Amino acid sequence: MSSFEKFLTMGLAVLLFVAVVGVILFIASRIGGRKGDRAVAMLFLLPTVLMLAVGLVYPGVRTIVQSFFDAAGTSFIGLGNYETIVTSSEQLTVLRNTMLWVVLTPFVATLVGLLYAILVDKSRFESAAKALIFLPMAISFVGASIIWKFVYEYRPVQGNVHQIGLLNQVLVWLGGTPQQWLVNSPLNTFFLIVVMIWIQAGFAMTVLSAAIKAIPEDIIEAARLDGVGALGMFRYVTLPSIRPATVVVLTTIGIGTLKVFDIVRTMTGGQFDTSVVANEFYSQSFRSNNQGLGAALATLLFILVIPIVAYNIRQMRASEAR
Amino acid sequence: MSTTAATPLTTTPPVSPVGTAAGRARKRLSSPWASLAAVVLGILWTLPTFGLLVSSFRPERAIKTTGWWTFFSNPAVTLDNYRAVLSTEGSSALGSYFVNSFVIVIPSVVIPICLATLAAYVFAWIEFPGRDVLFVAVFALQIVPIQVTLLPLLSLFVQAGLAGTFWTIWLAHSTFALPLAIFLMHNFMREIPRELIEAARVDGAGHVKIFFSVLLPLLKPAIAAFGIFQFLWVWNDLLVALTFAGGTPEVAPITVALANLSGTRGTAWHLLSAGAFVSILVPLVVFLSLQRYFVRGLLAGGLKG
Repeated sequence: MSSFEKFLTMGLAVLLFVAVVGVILFIASRIGGRKGDRAVAMLFLLPTVLMLAVGLVYPGVRTIVQSFFDAAGTSFIGLGNYETIVTSSEQLTVLRNTMLWVVLTPFVATLVGLLYAILVDKSRFESAAKALIFLPMAISFVGASIIWKFVYEYRPVQGNVHQIGLLNQVLVWLGGTPQQWLVNSPLNTFFLIVVMIWIQAGFAMTVLSAAIKAIPEDIIEAARLDGVGALGMFRYVTLPSIRPATVVVLTTIGIGTLKVFDIVRTMTGGQFDTSVVANEFYSQSFRSNNQGLGAALATLLFILVIPIVAYNIRQMRASEAR
Repeated sequence: MSTTAATPLTTTPPVSPVGTAAGRARKRLSSPWASLAAVVLGILWTLPTFGLLVSSFRPERAIKTTGWWTFFSNPAVTLDNYRAVLSTEGSSALGSYFVNSFVIVIPSVVIPICLATLAAYVFAWIEFPGRDVLFVAVFALQIVPIQVTLLPLLSLFVQAGLAGTFWTIWLAHSTFALPLAIFLMHNFMREIPRELIEAARVDGAGHVKIFFSVLLPLLKPAIAAFGIFQFLWVWNDLLVALTFAGGTPEVAPITVALANLSGTRGTAWHLLSAGAFVSILVPLVVFLSLQRYFVRGLLAGGLKG
């Protein structure tokens, strides 16, 4: 297909879609009066419900069922796949890595984001300084992985070979020996996590900075009159005020990290003991053709997300009730 | 989410009071050490990107034999890398993947916006039995990880004869986007005063008329917020594209091409660096021009993924 044909296909698809919506609106405009309310509601919801049922609910249920079947998806093996996940040494490494990711990324990213938000708050260069940290948010995980893979690049030490990766060169300048950062386990997982922190710190900073700026001026004024110092202000005014926002940031990054796939896949492909659940799901489902184990890993992701979301909602309810 | 969406967002700093106690306290915090820490963090966050950017303008041989920092003592600039990745023919060409990215992203943003506004209108303004249950169900679907749906969805597409076409990716992205889109639009719609809708109804306007002449103009910020969110999401996506498009230049987007290129032995840094920057440039332009709306969208909900 030439580029022109591709854009033509796209144009036709959008037109087709606009036509469908047009028909829906046309029929809705024929239905008059308050009694037609329910008919209009059904009509407007029809495409959405259809797509969600076929594209999300049915496949989801199917995957959960599939997770109790074997690799080919034909014979029922009960909890066999889940047993594999918690007993085989490969899968245990995957679980360990995922835990490292989910524990480290949200906390470090939030800490860096909060620190930076406070450091640049109300300074002269605030918006420019924030843009620096925030820009990685717009970069794809794949792009970020390439950027960092280049930082970690390793050249064997021999004769006239120069290091082209910044990290190894810094090490050389300091008198050390270059390392294969992405190969040496278990340290390589930490170097992958750095990439995610690099991306997510901007998100944390933006949300927390908005929360800091939303603290009512009179609270600050009152604390000031009581003679509270800078650190006290942070401990007794800022921190309690931004707590709800912090919970949202932590849980959101946590959920995103749980599903991290692009970074692992682009940087190591899951080799050298760096795989995580989301990457292992892809490898098992599409590479090793182990449908059952793949489905079980996907279901595991789903199960792991639920408590984080539940905690998030409970915190939100609590802060609303107050 | 709904609570944070209500907090006022000021990105520009208010004029800081000088001479007050807080001013002094702040001064203590913004001591040289604090400034230094901010500068160090800023540099740490920028340097990796900067290194790859510099490299993308260096000749292939130079990239592979010397570090990018030597560029400043021994500058050699070339646009060959960009020429190579932007062309649509040849083995190093990434041009057709960029075309695919555009072809994928536009319908994947337009379709969920249209459907979600219709659905959100119903959830916000039309009463019918079971409405709240249905809304909560749609809202809850946000937490379903897309991994759970991929394999069955792929076999559905194969059965429907759509495998390997753009349709698979458009439909998949649109479906995955709907719960968040409906949630965001619904929140915005609820903020529109009920009297406005009632007045239009008294004047005899039907649902379609109300939708177009009353609601749509007011919804522009919400549509922009979700639109940019979805644009970045789809443009930067790897998993959905990898699953449904494979790696062919026929339909695969640039993220897939770059990920595959990065996995090959003897990494082609001259193509990767230039390719990465072209792929970064598009969302960056969208992002910077609509940043206001993006931040609002970010604060209004981020469970999707």
